[in-house]
Amino acid sequence: MNQDEYKKLVDEITPKENKLKNAIVAFFIGGLIGFVGQVVVTILMTSFEMENVEAYTWLCIFIILFGSVCTALGFFDNLVTKAKAGLIVPTTGFAHSITSAALDYKKEGMITGLGANFFKLAGSVLLYGIIAAFFLSILGVMIYG
Amino acid sequence: MDSIKFSNVFLNDSFTVAGPLEKEGQIKDYNLVMDDYYYNEPTFEQAEIKMQRVVIDNLLLRNKYLDSDIDYLLSGDLSNQIGVSNYAAKSYRIPYLGVYSACATFVESLILGARLLDGKTARRAIVIASSHNLTAEKQFRFPVEYGAPKPKTTTFTATGSVGTILSKDQAKVKMEGATVGTVIDKGMKDATHMGAVMAPAAAETLIQHLTDFNRTVDYYDVIVTGDLGSVGTDIFQEYLKRTHGINIKNHMDAATEIYLETQEVYAGASGPIALPLVLFNKVLKNNRFRKILIIGTGSLHSPTLVNQKITIPAIAHAVSLEVLK
Repeated sequence: MNQDEYKKLVDEITPKENKLKNAIVAFFIGGLIGFVGQVVVTILMTSFEMENVEAYTWLCIFIILFGSVCTALGFFDNLVTKAKAGLIVPTTGFAHSITSAALDYKKEGMITGLGANFFKLAGSVLLYGIIAAFFLSILGVMIYG
Repeated sequence: MDSIKFSNVFLNDSFTVAGPLEKEGQIKDYNLVMDDYYYNEPTFEQAEIKMQRVVIDNLLLRNKYLDSDIDYLLSGDLSNQIGVSNYAAKSYRIPYLGVYSACATFVESLILGARLLDGKTARRAIVIASSHNLTAEKQFRFPVEYGAPKPKTTTFTATGSVGTILSKDQAKVKMEGATVGTVIDKGMKDATHMGAVMAPAAAETLIQHLTDFNRTVDYYDVIVTGDLGSVGTDIFQEYLKRTHGINIKNHMDAATEIYLETQEVYAGASGPIALPLVLFNKVLKNNRFRKILIIGTGSLHSPTLVNQKITIPAIAHAVSLEVLK
C-alpha cells in the first residue's frame, strides 16, 4: 500500500470533527464574554464616571486577571477545552497561555525557566499583533489623516 | 535478521506503580497507586524518577536481591534525553543501558535484555519503563494547565511505571521469541493522530513475525498492540485486511483497556507504559491466554521535526510469550 492509498484509508476511518458545532459553541461562549465585558464597561462609565478608553483599559485588566487566576486554580483548562475557541480568542486565552506556561516553568528558575518560557505560546500573538497594529495604524493615518 | 528465538529466558516478577487516573479505570489491582501527580516530589519529572525507583526497589526487595544480583538494568521513558531513567538509575550499582524507542521502549528493552541473557555470564536483568502524563504533555504538547481543544484522534499519555525481572530461572512466563521491526513512514504528519502513524508499523512487524516463525494469527490466543488507540486500531485491522487479507479477531489494543469510557481520554491511552500496564495487570492474569504476542508501537517524532513538517516515522517490535502450566 503506497502513501496515497494509505492516506485514503486513514481519512476513511478517522472520525470527523464537528466543525459547525465547535463554531457555534465558540460563537456563544465568546459572545457571552463580549456581553459581560460590555456590561462591565457600561457600569464603569456610568457608576465610576470613567471615559470610554479608561473603562476599556480596566476591562482588559479584569479579563486578564480573571483568566490568570482561574488558570492558577486549575479548573480553567477543562473549560477552555470544552469552549473550543470561545475562551482562546478573547483576552482570556492570552492570559491563560501565559499563566499556564509560567506555572510549568517556574521550577526551572526565574531566568532560564519562567522568563524564557513566559511567552512560549503568547509570543506569536504579541509579535503578529504588534506588526498588524503597526501597518493598520499607517493605513488609518493614510485614510483618516 | 528480523527475528530471534530465545531458549531460556523467563519473565520472573513484575511490579507496577499506576497514576491517579489509571486507578479509577478498568484495571483495579495495581501493586501501588499514586494519589496525585506529584507523588510527594517538587516536580512532575522528579515524581516520575521516584516512580521508577519505587518499582526497582520493590523488585529487589520482594525477591531478596541485592544490586549485585542484577547484571543489567535497561530502562526508558519519554522525557528529553531520557533524563528520568538516567536519574533513577544513579541510585543503583547495576550496569545500566538507557533505551529510547518512544512508546515501543519497553518491548525493545525486553528484546535487548533477553539477548544479553543469551550470553553465558549474565543471569538476570531488570527491564523497566515509565511515562507520566504531565511530563509528556509539557514535553510534546502544551503547558500542563493549558486547555487546547484536541481532536478525537489524540491519545492520552498514561501515568505509571512497570518493571520486570528477566532471568534464566524458570518461571511461569517464557519469552519465546522476538521480531525487531523496521522503521515505517507512510507519509503521516499529524502528531495528534499517532494511531495512523503507528498502525502500518504494527501490521508490518506482525506480518514479518508470522513469516519468520511460520505461523498464522490464530497461533496466538491474543495479540496485544501497544497504544494505537481506538481509531488506530480500526486502521490497523483494515490495513491488515486490505494489504495481506488477514482478518484479525484475537487482537487487543492496550490503549483501550486502561481507562473507562467516561474518562475523557479521546482515543485512549498512550506512552511506553500502556502496553506493560495491560500485559502484567490484565493479560497475564487471565488464564485463557497461553500464547501471547505483544507488539510495542512507537511514533518516533520529536516536536522540532514535527514543526519542520517532515513526515513521522514509526516503529514496532514484537515479542512472543508463552505461559507455562
